[in-house]
Amino acid sequence: MNTVQRTRLTGLALKGLLAFGPALLLAPLHIDAQVDSDRIVNSADEPENWLTYNGSYSSQRYSGLTQITAVNVTDLESKWVIQNQVFGAWQSNPIVVDGIMYVTQRPNDVMAVDPVTGRVFWVYRYDNSPNARVCCGANNRGVAILDDKVFMGTLDAHLVAVDATNGQLLWDTEVGDVNAAYSITMAPLVVKDKVLVGVGGGEFGIRGFVAAYDADTGEEAWRFYTIPGPGEPGHDSWEGDDWEHGGAPVWVTGSYDADLNLVYWGVGNPGPDWNPGQRPGDNLYSDSAIALDADTGELVWHFQFTPNDGYDYDSVQVPILVDIEWNGELRRLMLWANRNGYFYVLDRVTGEFLTGTPFVKVNWSSGLEESGRPIPTPQPAGSPTWPGNQGGTNWYPPAFSPSTELFYFSAWEDYASIYRPAESAFSPGRAFLGGGFDVLTPVPGAPSPGIGRTTPINNWTDVTGHGTVMAWDPRTGQTRWRYEQFDVSDGGMLTTASDLLFTGGREGHFHALDAQTGELLWRASLGGQIVMAPVTFMVDGEQYISVISGNTLVTFGLRD
Amino acid sequence: MRNFSRAVLLCCAALGTLLAGPERGTAQEFADHRYTSEAIEAGSRIYVADCALCHGRGGGDVDGVDIRRGVFRTVSSDEDLRRIITTGVDRGRMPAFDLQPFELDGVVAYIRAGFDPNGVAVKVGDAARGQAIFQGAGDCASCHRVNGQGPLTAPDLSEIGAIRNPAALQRTLLDPSAALLPINRPIRAVTRSGETIRGRRLNEDTYSVQLIDSEERLRSLVKADLVEYEVSETPIMEPTTLSADQVADVIGYLLSLRGLP
Repeated sequence: MNTVQRTRLTGLALKGLLAFGPALLLAPLHIDAQVDSDRIVNSADEPENWLTYNGSYSSQRYSGLTQITAVNVTDLESKWVIQNQVFGAWQSNPIVVDGIMYVTQRPNDVMAVDPVTGRVFWVYRYDNSPNARVCCGANNRGVAILDDKVFMGTLDAHLVAVDATNGQLLWDTEVGDVNAAYSITMAPLVVKDKVLVGVGGGEFGIRGFVAAYDADTGEEAWRFYTIPGPGEPGHDSWEGDDWEHGGAPVWVTGSYDADLNLVYWGVGNPGPDWNPGQRPGDNLYSDSAIALDADTGELVWHFQFTPNDGYDYDSVQVPILVDIEWNGELRRLMLWANRNGYFYVLDRVTGEFLTGTPFVKVNWSSGLEESGRPIPTPQPAGSPTWPGNQGGTNWYPPAFSPSTELFYFSAWEDYASIYRPAESAFSPGRAFLGGGFDVLTPVPGAPSPGIGRTTPINNWTDVTGHGTVMAWDPRTGQTRWRYEQFDVSDGGMLTTASDLLFTGGREGHFHALDAQTGELLWRASLGGQIVMAPVTFMVDGEQYISVISGNTLVTFGLRD
Repeated sequence: MRNFSRAVLLCCAALGTLLAGPERGTAQEFADHRYTSEAIEAGSRIYVADCALCHGRGGGDVDGVDIRRGVFRTVSSDEDLRRIITTGVDRGRMPAFDLQPFELDGVVAYIRAGFDPNGVAVKVGDAARGQAIFQGAGDCASCHRVNGQGPLTAPDLSEIGAIRNPAALQRTLLDPSAALLPINRPIRAVTRSGETIRGRRLNEDTYSVQLIDSEERLRSLVKADLVEYEVSETPIMEPTTLSADQVADVIGYLLSLRGLP
């Protein structure tokens, strides 16, 4: 079967073909493969595709595909690899649409790839401004698609649209000022006819926002500042002009509830990061979940996890939307394992706090009030704070399985930091950090885990922190099972209707675990750090799983 | 496998008490008492005023020199430091500073305290004497290798002067268990076939551990194949019984070890 035919198969058409038998697969097909927002709303109907960053608007990273099972998972073999030619943590999340994979590579290339052979159709290269500044690497986490356009945010804070068929640039819009250190690392979120994107720069004194752009023209439709301006509710949670450079970036893709017409985003840390005394007040909406009207960008509700944060506890985790029974009633909920070490359950209609439980050691707070507001217990100067600066978890995507009703995520355990707050002067586009921190080590100056793994030798060891896959039961507030690793892990999660959980970690091990029990069913040593979640898709009746390890994207399928 | 890692974590929980514990008296005892805390404090002011312009607040802004960590191009002892500050070097590239003796003491004290105004100055002695002690009375060379000479089981020290400051070296000599880097912790493993393997850990992941065993062989062990696996917090090295002056000399020698030129 030739590739052109495969690219024109919609999910519906594929199912029809399978129903009519393989003879039809030989017939030439030219079915329109336009991806409209409704297809993403109904993404569960076409599990062969991975249409958006988190697989669906609910961001559960749960696939309905069941060809790969606990029984045959040991028959997985590598089908192809792509080597990224630009080194550094490869955090991109591929999407797969009607037989074409779209994936980005550093710094801002988009590639269209045949997901069966790994051969590349086209590459679009974006030239960033030399003034682009990002705190933590030239990362890009992928693209969004709407109709015949693919969208990518850039390190110099532009949003570009390219033609999905040939990679030609269609429009290029400036989202933020590169000279003030605005950047975009997230994959955009498409809702109806708009492309939504947030900005990074929380270490450089930006004023964060989420903005929506017309998908056809690139024209800005609305903008919501994550720090309220004068006269707006919440502005009084800042003093003086702190709000003008208070950070609160949005650097991870949000979620969408089509029935409520709300988009949900996690907001990052206030700035300067480590000196809360320099910015008195709660610093809204830093470290918060926000719910915005998808058409207007109007704030409908917010919930702040960490007021006046001094620990860099960005709340940029993916908001996972679930409809499950809660105290005898079916409710629309939002599940959230936060960088601050607490697991939260919120009502996503109103933002009401339902429960919060620590999932790692926490000593920056002694607990949560009835409202969900933390009771702060700042540690004395020179004493360790748990969890440490990289948090109990972070940006890497979690998953939720409607089958097991468990929430899966990577946690950092036994990891603490000693913070050294100091006054910082704000200067546009320059680092605005407010001091620093050291990771707690058993010996002064000993190695400790950092933002990524840069050496094959783990000389920091598990005493400075280690990673655990947690299968969290949101109703009991306890782990159903745990899978411990020696090194810390930035591995995201993928779970399937056949009750498999796929994830990896910094050691380069790619795991298939039993989603019910945590039993290790299969693993492959891929050699490089896995710092994103795997995705799964189906082409020509074969289920594949793609995962990025180090500088290599590996796609597995069942042995022929 | 997971049971093993949990066991290691449990045994490491004791580290918390170690970290929270009081300062060891030994550091005071082995401090360089020529340098008082007042001198260190005064030295910090002189350093910031006169030295930091070129060397930087962190002491590492001049190529090949990292003052805070005791890395210099030509000097070693305290006397060398006094001389170079007083006379200058490289035909005026570093100018001569006309400091009073107590000011000079202060700058040296601040350097030897690792730029910590509240720290304790570590005494650094004579490298040549230190080498003799290293190979003789100190019994260091019976475990450590330097420049291709000596056993391989303990860490090779050929570059130790480039990667450790005087305070860290002193801590290692006086209280090795408080200075043992976690990766270097001794390993004891028993295989299914009953072989007991001891050695120094080189690397570890969830499923395996790499080490150099007591026979100086590189070994890689799969944890699932082990019936026992222990990581000890207690180093094989014991606290030194050398005198304060001898320790200072050994530190002087170790600081001179910077690998191949």
